[in-house]
Amino acid sequence: MAVIAHDPSRPTQTHGEVTRDVLATITSKPTKGYYILLGTMAFLTAVLLGTVTMLLKEGLGLAGYAPPIMWSVYITTFVFWVGIGHAGTLISAILFLFRSPWRTAVYRATEAMTVFAVMTAALFPIIHIGRQWIFYWLIPYPNARYLWPNFKSPLLWDVFAISTYLTVSSTFLMVGLIPDIAAVRDHVSGWRKKLYGALSLGWTGADSQWRHYSRAYLYLAALATPLVLSVHSVVSWDFAVSIVPGWHGTIFAPYFVAGAIYSGIGMVLTLMIPLRKVLKVEHMITDYHFDNLSKLTLFTGTILFYAYGMEYFVAWYSGSTFEQTTFWRRAFGPAWWAGWAMIICNAFVSQLLWFKKIRTNLTSLFIISIFINLGMWFERYVIVTSSLANDYIPYAWGQINPTWADWLILLGSFGWFGLWFTLFYKNFPIVAIQEIKEMIPMPRRKVSSHGGAH
Amino acid sequence: MATSVPGVLAHFAHVDGAADAIRELKATGHKDLTVYCAAHNHELEAAIGDPISPVRLWTLFAGLTGVSAGFSLAIWMSSDWPLLVGGKPITAIPSFVVIGFELTILFGSLATVIAVIVLSAMKSLKGRPYHPKFSDDHIGVFVPCRADQAAAVEQLLTGHGSVEVTRDA
Repeated sequence: MAVIAHDPSRPTQTHGEVTRDVLATITSKPTKGYYILLGTMAFLTAVLLGTVTMLLKEGLGLAGYAPPIMWSVYITTFVFWVGIGHAGTLISAILFLFRSPWRTAVYRATEAMTVFAVMTAALFPIIHIGRQWIFYWLIPYPNARYLWPNFKSPLLWDVFAISTYLTVSSTFLMVGLIPDIAAVRDHVSGWRKKLYGALSLGWTGADSQWRHYSRAYLYLAALATPLVLSVHSVVSWDFAVSIVPGWHGTIFAPYFVAGAIYSGIGMVLTLMIPLRKVLKVEHMITDYHFDNLSKLTLFTGTILFYAYGMEYFVAWYSGSTFEQTTFWRRAFGPAWWAGWAMIICNAFVSQLLWFKKIRTNLTSLFIISIFINLGMWFERYVIVTSSLANDYIPYAWGQINPTWADWLILLGSFGWFGLWFTLFYKNFPIVAIQEIKEMIPMPRRKVSSHGGAH
Repeated sequence: MATSVPGVLAHFAHVDGAADAIRELKATGHKDLTVYCAAHNHELEAAIGDPISPVRLWTLFAGLTGVSAGFSLAIWMSSDWPLLVGGKPITAIPSFVVIGFELTILFGSLATVIAVIVLSAMKSLKGRPYHPKFSDDHIGVFVPCRADQAAAVEQLLTGHGSVEVTRDA
């Protein structure tokens, strides 16, 4: 008798067990630890709102802006959070189109992370612009000034890219949630039944609903796939379309997209390693899933390694003094520590994932994920500030001096992101019930000709 | 759930039994079935035999509208207040590709979601019975029929392994 090895990408539970296990993450009473976490995130959000309010009152003088560095921590943090969002769409849309079965267990959490990361990122250009109360001037609308925005500016492309990305990723998340919310509705009572009943939009899983839904989900994935590649490309063009040394590189779009996915998976690992234990879903999100996430991290980290090397090579090969000086000062200038933090945390630490022992050890993976988060923030810090610090005229060179307002807003952004994510995972299915069920063969009365259920 | 459509509701625990029942019901003239399942299932979809969803047409036309709107918006607004920027032409098509692309995706995605809501609503499920087990591990088949047909329908459903059959009105 042939022994068929179990495919680790396939869940082993029955449909009923999937419903029970995932619903338990919502219906179980929140622990004291949950309330402490929620309280901490709410406090950090209050820090963010308080600091932004002071910034509104006092102006950008509170931030560490001084010529020549007029883009600094806020733009760095904007790019950081947009990047975090990319892993979610890669896993939920791109791997859906590639029919990668392992994505199913983790995609909901990563998709929620995407939406909340983009919501966080979207705050930063508004904080950065100075007169935050007229941010809507970025939107082309008929106005008393008879002016339209400049469509040749990458900054306006970014407005379109980020707002489209936020809309489409939120839509994708909500559409995927509808059948699962209906499952929650059917198993709770009282006010929760009413709430989830309203949110489920009348879903019953009838054939007339599945017929349109399953096609629509496919098309949404097909639309989200080029979108995710475009968004960080457009973000990279905020820099690359200018003629600032260190920014004006043709590799910027793929370099940024790889970096975004790399940083996003880093954040997925940071969130999911503790979360699966807290929510007791270790049998659904297994070591196999983390091994695959690690391989994606290794792949994108290796692209980054190449991109870093290529940046230095091109600076040398270009023969341009300005390029060469910018990159020399990145490695050996006053901010050398940031330059090396980026290279070590991203290019070198990711290479540890060649070893299976490290990929399958969740403690080491968690530590690596922290390095990735740090490294990717530093990458954006180096790109944004080092080029501005060393412009064409040495007389105008300067150094960045971040202030308490910069650091508190950065810290508060983690609270804002964390608050949404913490609320989400306790109130909505963090593992996609209906997609997991789709992967589990339904019981059959008759044994098929090729043996057992198909 | 209050029901007003008379008929028979069956629960199935086995997908092949449900699919066989659907095929036989269709063959015996019961076309207006409602099949409930917690997850999308290709075997049931094949047994139901509905044509492919027209959602794709909504996506396509909205996407085309989006790309036209993106380019038109950028071209018209640039021409309405013609300012030379960076020595580029007033209508600099390569710069407008991003706007056209983003609006293609935006319009296409939103229209896809609206299409699901509108097209699903076109077949009213009002008055048809539902059971919470259908979002768990049972497949539901509701057969609208007259009282004099109900016994034969019940027999057919039970014959294909239905684990529970209830008659409504």
